[in-house]
Amino acid sequence: MGMTMTQKILAAHAGLSEVKAGQLIEADLDLVLGNDITSPVAIKEMDSKMTVSTVFDKDKIALVLDHFVPNKDIKSAEQCKCVREFAARHEITNFFDVGQMGIEHALLPEKGLVVAGDVVIGADSHTCTYGALGAFSTGVGSTDMAAGMATGKAWFKVPSAIKFILTGKPSKWVSGKDVILHIIGRIGVDGALYKSMEFTGDGIAHLSMDDRLCIANMAIEAGGKNGIFPVDDVTRAYLKEHSARDFKVYEADEDAEYEQVITIDLSALKPTVAFPHLPENTKTIDEVGDVPIDQVVIGSCTNGRLEDLRIAAEIMKGKKVAKGLRVIVIPATQNIYLQAIQEGLVQTFIEAGAVVSTPTCGPCLGGYMGILAEGERCVSTTNRNFVGRMGHVTSEVYLASPAVAAASALAGKIAGPCE
Amino acid sequence: MKASGTVFKYGDNVDTDVIIPARYLNVSEPSELAAHCMEDIDRDFIHKVKKGDIIVANKNFGCGSSREHAPIAIKAAGVSCVIAETFARIFYRNSINIGLPIIECPEAAKDIEAGDQVEIDFDSGMIYDRTKGTQYQGQAFPEFMQKIIAAEGLINYINSRDKE
Repeated sequence: MGMTMTQKILAAHAGLSEVKAGQLIEADLDLVLGNDITSPVAIKEMDSKMTVSTVFDKDKIALVLDHFVPNKDIKSAEQCKCVREFAARHEITNFFDVGQMGIEHALLPEKGLVVAGDVVIGADSHTCTYGALGAFSTGVGSTDMAAGMATGKAWFKVPSAIKFILTGKPSKWVSGKDVILHIIGRIGVDGALYKSMEFTGDGIAHLSMDDRLCIANMAIEAGGKNGIFPVDDVTRAYLKEHSARDFKVYEADEDAEYEQVITIDLSALKPTVAFPHLPENTKTIDEVGDVPIDQVVIGSCTNGRLEDLRIAAEIMKGKKVAKGLRVIVIPATQNIYLQAIQEGLVQTFIEAGAVVSTPTCGPCLGGYMGILAEGERCVSTTNRNFVGRMGHVTSEVYLASPAVAAASALAGKIAGPCE
Repeated sequence: MKASGTVFKYGDNVDTDVIIPARYLNVSEPSELAAHCMEDIDRDFIHKVKKGDIIVANKNFGCGSSREHAPIAIKAAGVSCVIAETFARIFYRNSINIGLPIIECPEAAKDIEAGDQVEIDFDSGMIYDRTKGTQYQGQAFPEFMQKIIAAEGLINYINSRDKE
């Protein structure tokens, strides 16, 4: 029996010629990631409990302060200080503080720290983002991060897989976000539990790298262990532009085993919105009805990339944000922020009545920079709409693409970009 | 190893944002996290929970964020075991890695109700509902995970392995 793309990458990193779904393996890691929320727990584990006191490779650890920076309060400042001191003590090459940081899953690909064929763990659930580059990457907790930093290895149960065959070309206002929301709506928030989501098909050629990063990013929202795309010309061009590292291309065997095969015609998809309080509660834009809103957030590791900001600016240019609405735009990295300034996108947002913030995860997880009050509603390009995710337990988050978010910002209610 | 206590029952897709809301993630002290455990779906939980009590839930328990603060908060609140129909994978890993016993058992998750007195034998994976007089066979852990649990977490397991 052949292997899936994910299984091939895992086998190679475990020094095995073959692996099977369900097998427990120990794999070598190409990168271990942590942020200002998860790293302090890992650092305490390493410092207080582990007999090993050094990191396995100071070049293969990435520490990104992105959730609560610039610090929102004294406690988060202390957490960042802990990470900063650890990075200095161990001379961590890829430590990103305020001024260099970006939202981790936008930053690492941009900096060329992940390439095709890598095995990456990150103490952040959206670490699955790098599957867009043809890497195996998955979210873990702080203890796995500590063990990974010390040993350069992690244990995995080899996942089975669902194959998604994407065909056709999406229409102008349908983006990667609509594709992944459609998939989650179809299979549910545990539809890919413990499994790989392997994307194939001729439709992929019509998806930009930003679209693919967004799709892989939300694999976790279907319960997936990872989401992964084949390496094509788009991937090669991206890796060449961003990384000096050699990469390795793995392809699924023809006779690889899949638990399920799902075909999706991208040309038939419509802009899609996930209603509270689960990402699986999806409706297409023509089904949403009249939903007045209080806030719009455009940003996050899911949709804070340059293409996302360009789409939003295209819709908002020369127009005004609806009266009584707050619109918060958060470029995901310093580089994206700078490019958005140079291209005039930031000017468009500010003239429309939006605010533009320094990169931060901030409101996505209800940290700061846009917390919702009792009963308030927000259309957000982020990834989760759980109870209390962005603020008060009675507040509501509607997940959507940057196009829908921008159109909603102008309409003051959930609206499609073509209305 | 055995556990016994009163059951707190929850439904499908209990996410880590409600287990420990992100507004409290500016600290990592277990006791501080425990003080807000389950706050956004059950305000009474932390006032009622006693050492040894058990959480029973339906499918996909612990979905969402990778925050290890979630199983840490549950463990520090005194919970001796979580039984669910299924667990989200990162929560599953994290629980094993920090030594919080968890058991997948769809039948038990379906039948057991809030307030039931439940006893668990971790060696056999048996779950006994003493209130209802029923029993269930929970899924046993693979040997590798049993070793991590026996060592009370991944770090101790790695330390002991390195000594060999």
